[in-house]
Amino acid sequence: MTAAALTPAQAKARARRARLLTTVGVFALIALVLAIMLFPFYWMVLTSLRSQVDNVSRVPVWWFTPTWENYQNVIARNNFLTFTWNSFVVAALSTGIGLVLGLPAAYSIARFKQDGLALAILIARLTPYITYLVPWYLAFRALGLIDTYVALTLTHLIVGMPLIVWIMISFFEGVPQDLEEAAFVDGATRIGTFLRVILPLSTPGIVAASILAFIFSWNQFLFSLVLSGPNTRPVPVAVFNFISYGQIDFGGLGAAAVMITLPVLILTLIIQRWIVTGLTMGAVKG
Amino acid sequence: MKNASTWIDRHARYLFPLPAVLAILVLIVAPVVTNFVLSLYDYFVGGRAYFVGLENYQRGLTDPRVWNGVRNTFYFTFTAVPLQLLLGIGIAVLFNRDFPGKGIARTIILLPMVATPVAIALIWALMFNPSLGVLNYFLETLGLSRSLWVAQGSLAIPSLVLVDTWQWSPMIALILLAAMQGVPTEHYEAARIDGANAWQSFWHITIPGIRSAIVVALILRAVDALKTFDIIYVITEGGPGTASETLNVLAFKTGFQFFHAGYAATLLIFLMFLVLGIAVLLNAIRRRT
Repeated sequence: MTAAALTPAQAKARARRARLLTTVGVFALIALVLAIMLFPFYWMVLTSLRSQVDNVSRVPVWWFTPTWENYQNVIARNNFLTFTWNSFVVAALSTGIGLVLGLPAAYSIARFKQDGLALAILIARLTPYITYLVPWYLAFRALGLIDTYVALTLTHLIVGMPLIVWIMISFFEGVPQDLEEAAFVDGATRIGTFLRVILPLSTPGIVAASILAFIFSWNQFLFSLVLSGPNTRPVPVAVFNFISYGQIDFGGLGAAAVMITLPVLILTLIIQRWIVTGLTMGAVKG
Repeated sequence: MKNASTWIDRHARYLFPLPAVLAILVLIVAPVVTNFVLSLYDYFVGGRAYFVGLENYQRGLTDPRVWNGVRNTFYFTFTAVPLQLLLGIGIAVLFNRDFPGKGIARTIILLPMVATPVAIALIWALMFNPSLGVLNYFLETLGLSRSLWVAQGSLAIPSLVLVDTWQWSPMIALILLAAMQGVPTEHYEAARIDGANAWQSFWHITIPGIRSAIVVALILRAVDALKTFDIIYVITEGGPGTASETLNVLAFKTGFQFFHAGYAATLLIFLMFLVLGIAVLLNAIRRRT
């Protein structure tokens, strides 16, 4: 039977069926994508709530009575809270300093069209971070600064400051220049205008940039792996060390993974519109 | 006071960026320059430095382990990135419509790229575990044979590509989705009136409309894939043997396990030129299209 032989009603019904099938197919695919994206997180949580016996079962145990044992172990035995504090201090300090250095620079790049400077900062983001690490390791070693917050904060600044500058450039470009000129006419200075007019208007951008810089520092592994020590070890390095202790404590690993990731996920929910902008250094607007 | 502030105002374009510029000089430019100097020395951390001229470069260019690293770096990058581009386009097309729960769906696909890479890598390492890992359970359930995943040399990089693809396809999708929303709907309507089917309007309207976004996504992803460190180091440490040892991981080991700082600096210069070279090349392609 060819399409030409169909009555108009039949053709319509067939078209409707085809549309319905497409819709179902599309939904099934979307569900599949989401399931794949979520599965490792789901598995992380399951692992963290299972007993060690269930975790090393040859056939995965899907249903079980959850236990908090792994979390208690990780917190009590492995100083997890100290590592969390270390991560927090370094992330907060590097973000704070990144803002102080980055905000005026971003404003200047936006106002005076300093594209060369913007490009220089972009190159800093493109260059592999490990390039900076050998010289910094030698310098901090000579200065006796290995395993200090100073070493970690300064290197995390390499990650955070370019991010803050690039996000804020596009934000400052959006602040109407008339407002600024009105302030100048009223006799305000450039710094006064920047602090009292521009920055308050840019609060949402500053919040987004700060949270992103914080997340990137929190997630940073390479610099911390080399430059931290017993006194300053941040969570990612501490968790990485878990796996070198011979027998792997699956549940403990899962619990630790959940505890590092959770703060990041919560912060992500707050600024999700900005994540892609941040990851692409402003190449894509949120 | 008045004079000071007018002086500041007059030179604002230099004074505002000055702190950041100084920070960049110290934090970023100085180490790069130091690497060039270090690369001319035979120097182990804590030992004496001997000037050897270009010997480190000569050694690097003839070192089979370096070439293995370069090969692995390219293998990883040029398998992962095209795969992610295809999946990214697919996800973007799927998501470029109204459906219930779209907001939540967009949030979910953000998670792989923001979650702490070390945590992600550890969970994947557990899932890859040949005897206890859940991935082998899935393979068996589907009637396929078990795999050694990262424990087998020839599968180490493909397995890592799988992790990287899971992590980053969504970013490409979100970049392209933003671009797709900028394609005027009138174009689609006009195409429909002219009798174009879904595939034709995808190929002749969507793709040209998002071409520049595709290239931007490719540049960003290629540059980041070339310097991937966290997931490779945590899951395989470059192994088994040197099967997944990229240039990045090799430079790290040279510097911080063998403490051969001079040679590590040389490898880092190779890596830096490789990454920036490819960035410049891709950017030149972008300009031409």
